[in-house]
Amino acid sequence: MSDTTDGQVLTTQDGKPLKAALRRALRREKLRAFLLIAPLLIFVLVTFVAPIVDMLFRSVENGIVADTLPNTVIELSKWDPASGEVPDEVVFAALYNDMVVAVDQKTHTRLGSRLNYEQSGISSLFRKTGRRIKRMDEDGPFKDQFIGADKKWGDVATWQVLQQFSPRYTDGYFLNAFDAKRGPDGIEMKPDDQQIYMFLFGRTLFLSIVITLSCLLLGYPIAFLLAALPLRTSNLLMILVLLPFWTSLLVRTSAWKVLLQQQGVINDFLVWTRLIDDAGRLVMINNQTGTIIAMTHILLPFMILPLYSVMKTISPSYVRAAKSLGANDWTAFWRVYFPQSVPGIGAGAVLVFILSIGYYITPELVGGTSGIFISNRIAYHISSSLNWGLAASLGTLLLVAVLVLFVVYDKIVGIDNVKLG
Amino acid sequence: MKLKTLILAGTALAFTGSSALATDLTLVSWGGAYQSSQKNAYTDPYTAENPGITVIWDESSAEAVAKLRAMNEAGNVTWDLVDVVASDAIRLCDEGLAMEIDADVDLAAAPDGTPASEDFGDLLVSECFIPQIVYSTTFGYRSDIDEWGGKEPTEICDVFDLETFPGKRSLEKRPINNMEWALLCDGVPKEEVYNVLETEEGQDQAFKKLDTIKDNVVWWSAGAETPQLLADKEVVIGSTYNGRLFALIEEQKQPVKMLWDAQVFDLDGWIIPTGLPEDRLAEVKKLVKYATDTQRLADQAKYISYGPARKSSAPLVGQHASLGIDMAPHMPTDPNNAKNTFLYNYEWWADYRDDIDAKFQAWLAQ
Amino acid sequence: MANIRGAAVKYDSVQKSYDGESLVVKNLNLDIPPGEFLTMLGPSGSGKTTCLMMLAGFEPATHGEIYLNDRPINNVPPHKRGIGMVFQNYALFPHMSVAENLAFPLQVRNVSKAEQAEKVQRALDMVELGAFGNRRPAQLSGGQQQRVAVARALVFDPELVLMDEPLGALDKQLREQMQYEIKHIHENLGVTVVYVTHDQTEALTMSDRVAVFNDGVIQQLSTPDDLYEDPQNSFVAQFIGENNKLSGKVVGIDGEECLVELDDGTQLKADKVNVSAVGDRTTLSLRPERVEFDTNDSMDNLVNGRIEELIYLGDHIRVRMNVAGNDEFIVKVRNRGERRKLHVGETVQVGWAFNDCKALDAVA
Repeated sequence: MSDTTDGQVLTTQDGKPLKAALRRALRREKLRAFLLIAPLLIFVLVTFVAPIVDMLFRSVENGIVADTLPNTVIELSKWDPASGEVPDEVVFAALYNDMVVAVDQKTHTRLGSRLNYEQSGISSLFRKTGRRIKRMDEDGPFKDQFIGADKKWGDVATWQVLQQFSPRYTDGYFLNAFDAKRGPDGIEMKPDDQQIYMFLFGRTLFLSIVITLSCLLLGYPIAFLLAALPLRTSNLLMILVLLPFWTSLLVRTSAWKVLLQQQGVINDFLVWTRLIDDAGRLVMINNQTGTIIAMTHILLPFMILPLYSVMKTISPSYVRAAKSLGANDWTAFWRVYFPQSVPGIGAGAVLVFILSIGYYITPELVGGTSGIFISNRIAYHISSSLNWGLAASLGTLLLVAVLVLFVVYDKIVGIDNVKLG
Repeated sequence: MKLKTLILAGTALAFTGSSALATDLTLVSWGGAYQSSQKNAYTDPYTAENPGITVIWDESSAEAVAKLRAMNEAGNVTWDLVDVVASDAIRLCDEGLAMEIDADVDLAAAPDGTPASEDFGDLLVSECFIPQIVYSTTFGYRSDIDEWGGKEPTEICDVFDLETFPGKRSLEKRPINNMEWALLCDGVPKEEVYNVLETEEGQDQAFKKLDTIKDNVVWWSAGAETPQLLADKEVVIGSTYNGRLFALIEEQKQPVKMLWDAQVFDLDGWIIPTGLPEDRLAEVKKLVKYATDTQRLADQAKYISYGPARKSSAPLVGQHASLGIDMAPHMPTDPNNAKNTFLYNYEWWADYRDDIDAKFQAWLAQ
Repeated sequence: MANIRGAAVKYDSVQKSYDGESLVVKNLNLDIPPGEFLTMLGPSGSGKTTCLMMLAGFEPATHGEIYLNDRPINNVPPHKRGIGMVFQNYALFPHMSVAENLAFPLQVRNVSKAEQAEKVQRALDMVELGAFGNRRPAQLSGGQQQRVAVARALVFDPELVLMDEPLGALDKQLREQMQYEIKHIHENLGVTVVYVTHDQTEALTMSDRVAVFNDGVIQQLSTPDDLYEDPQNSFVAQFIGENNKLSGKVVGIDGEECLVELDDGTQLKADKVNVSAVGDRTTLSLRPERVEFDTNDSMDNLVNGRIEELIYLGDHIRVRMNVAGNDEFIVKVRNRGERRKLHVGETVQVGWAFNDCKALDAVA
């Protein structure tokens, strides 16, 4: 495949080099193809890539301190936090000037909320100081006036926090997400009674794996049956599989409550059949069991559908061939059918797993305390505490965990071994 | 409710399309019985008097703080008036997302001329907050539990008494209220509670007390859960908002009674988002002034058992609109109910909420 | 492998119904001696594949018994029947290499690794794919896959091999080549082969005997030449080879010979095959290549016909004529250099011997 024959450059009829002509023709085609996908590309960029980039950015962004207290940050950078003494008058004067502007723009309480994530009490410190700032003597000296307004200004710890979070970018959110903090001797783990995120990450991964496995365990035989039945019957049964999609998530979850609670249908039945006595009613909800049962039910279709569509393509003649070659039912299934259904398992498992690690409504409703996920904390920080930086860093960690698992999956099973049909 | 909202929204759209006279105001509330009471007491009479105004309801109060912040960052605030609890109002005010108001200018004076700032009094907990109701988080218990041998809980510490009152309890899945009750029942005087809770030792003390019942607690995150759990006999005693318990007892006639002891007062009210255009702001202020006057707040109590936030409204509270019973004895502020109450310390929780919540969640997960 | 003796198969009054309302196979009786190459030939829906699947064990017989070497096998599961099978689309396991595919039947039989390797290599050599053991089936051409499928069906030395339209997916040239190869393998190994096809050429080329199926019944079971020369009924005559149909009524019977009057009044002598009495309706079957233009008076049947169309086919010429009111009457004329010139529109006399013209059952 060379463009030259005996050293001669091939040309088109009108004498232009063939290669250039070909390139031009292809370029036009490429441009047309690109224009065709451009709307989708823009859509994906705007609705998918941009939010993720924004999240990654938010997890380290910390411009609020430098924006609100620009002069203070500069003066404070000269202060030695190890000295054990509060900064001198220069810093307080800068703080006064900054606060006057901030109070005028009503940004000081916002900064207080931000720094309160790092140390309790700063929120009210800024609110209180904001109210007092107008009454301060603008000629100074300011140090005593500030400490008079709130004695926390005389506390080294307050200034340490302020200095530590002065830079425009911070690793503070990530440290927090790792249950760590920056102490006087560098990074250290938080006290045991405040460590929660790593534990929740672990539990989220563990429960998601359990849910994925239960979905596989329940979904495989169903998909197998559906694929083996005549099309008309299997289509009818497929409606049953999809039925849960037509019901609201909350209704389905509430239905599980009715079934699983201690005075619920299943316990009542077990007591009635005397399998358990009235005092020994099973606790099946508001714990991990409840989360696993309800989420397995909700995510089951996402396992069955890819499995079914892959199994549908496995010709029954393979199993027949295996049997004719002397394999018993189990060997024929395990050596011949099962390996061919692995791409479906891969696709289903990846779908269910990824959906489940991001779930939070169901765990919130039926998970009690032992069945909640990391996503519940992310949701809390998004909607209640407004600590979006922490939520973003937790979300980033979750994203990284998923990517790592993908790589592991690729190493073990092979990423091309995923098929949706 | 939803359908009505849709239809309203639909007609509203049709109107804005054809004439510029009509003004749509988007009000955000909690949905359910509470939103209905607001509609009946405030907006229905207001739109009847002002035919040019159309009210559109959005049931987003539970996520109002986050949504407002997102709208604000996107520079596109579509809400005109938002109903939030006081602690959220403080947060929104700190974040600069809610507008500061001047009570005496923006709110109507009492019929006898008392200025609004005096009529609302201490309930104006933030510069941005326009109080509507006083509600309380308190306990309800089943009155038909055989194991209790005829005894009934009479005080808050009975919640922690598993021996006399065995059975499951339901508590809210957050530290607020639970920490205070735990300390109160561990012998801390009421006025010392927040000082104690401010220290590590105090927090540990509260957790230790909660540990004694932890295995017997179902944790709730939505106010409707406790009434359901009580009705299903899943729990024998549980905390929730007093209006929810009123509905359970008086409307659904369940064998449940109120335990008013150490009820925690909380406030719910309006905030006006910052950055509204002048003309809209004028309309919103007109509506707010009307909706929070003495008569309107008293009217709301006809539909739901929450106490009006104005002192001047209390004497005007009448009977329930459909049940026909006197509402005054069901108000958390009724003297019989308010013998021992606890005041939620907003300022304190604004400071310590993030820290204690992290510890609380870690404690729950243990 | 050359010393294997084939197995004997016997169908005894076998019936099969899927829905309980109609029979797909109606009372099948069939004896297949050891080492025979038997083909089940028929149109789709004739019941031939069902018969094969019952023998393989994938479909239970509704009634009757199937014997393998005199042993009833109705209750023997497929994997214990020891029958090799080649499937329509080969059914090579896509996730295994060619060698693994071939080793599969040996593994499940717990054959030692060394013996496995040896047998796999021998089977691959047999189908001339010795160097392809490590490939995946998808990396092979259709013909190569076909050979692997045959090798896999034979590698565990079965006494009986079933083939379900194994050449259907191949192009014409490859198909013909594979026909010979399969036939040679059969001859070399001496296994019994039951072969299902709807292609008559395939059936005639390869088989010792052919069972023609239609409507759940074996219409005729004979050697390929008998099938062509002596069809026992109109279906077989029609299905195997080309055939001219003339319908009429029996007007006289004289031993093996009978006289038939066609609907336009022409009287013809025919071989009495499937008629019993004077007055029966009958269909005469006449092969196009048995009709002669070079007639003489000693011929049994002489008729005039008009030439409607001439089609030049190289080695022979197809002449479509109108004979006795049938304008689909085909005559094949061998292309000899000195052939007589034929012209469309010309009326000529054609003739044939009475025993080339079979009086069979009437078709509607």
